[in-house]
Amino acid sequence: MSSNAKARLLKRAAADILGGMTVNLGIGLPTEVLQYVSPGTPVCLHSENGIAGVGPVLSPEKADRNLIDAGGAYVSSIPGTAFFDSAVSFAIVRSGRLDLSLLGAFQVAANGDLANWKIPGKFSPGMGGAIELAQKARRVGVVMMHTDSKGNPKILGQCTLPLTATGRVNRIYTDMAVFDVAADGLHLREIADGTSIAALKAVTGAAFLIPNHDLSRF
Amino acid sequence: MPLPDKRSDICEAISLIGDGASVMLGGFGVPGTPFSLIRELVRRGPRDLTVIKNDANEAGMGVDWLLENCQVAKLVTSHIGLNPTAMRMMNDGTIEVEFVPQGVLAERIRVAGAGMMGFVSDIGLGTAVADGKQRVEVEGKTGIVETALRADFALIHANKADAFGNLTFSAAARNFNPIMAMAAGRTIVEAEAIVPFGALEPENVHLTGAFVDAVVELNELPEVYGVVKR
Repeated sequence: MSSNAKARLLKRAAADILGGMTVNLGIGLPTEVLQYVSPGTPVCLHSENGIAGVGPVLSPEKADRNLIDAGGAYVSSIPGTAFFDSAVSFAIVRSGRLDLSLLGAFQVAANGDLANWKIPGKFSPGMGGAIELAQKARRVGVVMMHTDSKGNPKILGQCTLPLTATGRVNRIYTDMAVFDVAADGLHLREIADGTSIAALKAVTGAAFLIPNHDLSRF
Repeated sequence: MPLPDKRSDICEAISLIGDGASVMLGGFGVPGTPFSLIRELVRRGPRDLTVIKNDANEAGMGVDWLLENCQVAKLVTSHIGLNPTAMRMMNDGTIEVEFVPQGVLAERIRVAGAGMMGFVSDIGLGTAVADGKQRVEVEGKTGIVETALRADFALIHANKADAFGNLTFSAAARNFNPIMAMAAGRTIVEAEAIVPFGALEPENVHLTGAFVDAVVELNELPEVYGVVKR
């Protein structure tokens, strides 16, 4: 993916992080979304290891050895940051206080099923907090490349990998398009500059509904 | 009436851990991992341990020392992706690994510390995580019974302690430490400093010493506690 396409994807996902939200960002692309959220937006970033109000990442020289986020990055506190134990941290997630969870994915299905923690025989490091984040955040967004490294579709009619959560993904952001998951199927909402619907169909493993008005571009 | 003094020598504190014991280790990554207590556990060498920790640290650190020394029979954890030794030993069957969703792991430990038998949740319903677990109906909804998770020992890292074992934790080094301290038959704490009684403000004690059995003061912090250079 060109750095342009990646920046466009991250910027598009960032636009859905709204003032007032409590948000958790998964490792990888979801965490990178943060650089496109305006620093003035009042958002409470949550980290599974027990932080609400995560501050900016620090260089190793300035790092506090006791202050990492769940991805292991040395982060900082900001005015209003709170620390708590892991049980409280997941109480926030499960009880509906987490407004938005952005996660990466190996596969997403048209019905909102998500597979992002295990590839049997190849990749099985454990689920960490992904299952709770996917199942219990009020809103779940997947931020990912449209295809895997071999060009295979990651959006499918049905996931073939072990599931993280069933029917919980609300929106899918890729370098090519934005889709919403609804009861009647997958809706194409926006399409990336330079991408055609034919090109999108060719690398999407599920049918999707196309609006009968002009698509927004991003 | 003064509070009991639980200060202990590190060798004596760890000497009670024998073959086959279950041991909780605080920490999420480096912050809060009781490296000095783990180092002593390696020196003493009990085997067939069941280790309960959020993660398996990284190569050359903490849990990795126990794995390399062949002391671990089973690991109960949420994620071991940063430790190639743990991944290899899991894949070749040298150790058993039970993966538990992080929040379920925390809550199973918390309820054990609260003296409960378990809790009912819907986490993982519809996924393989729910396979083989008892299901119950609660107010018309299906739930999974998650059993309390206790251990024989908990090894805890605190920032400050007093001699009774009242503790404070630094920043994100709190994580699993206070809940594990509550969930073990015997809780052993390493503290970066032991302060005089009264030096910790009662309102700002993060865990009461009522849950603590032994407090070891760390005279120095080896490099492993520092910022990880990548």
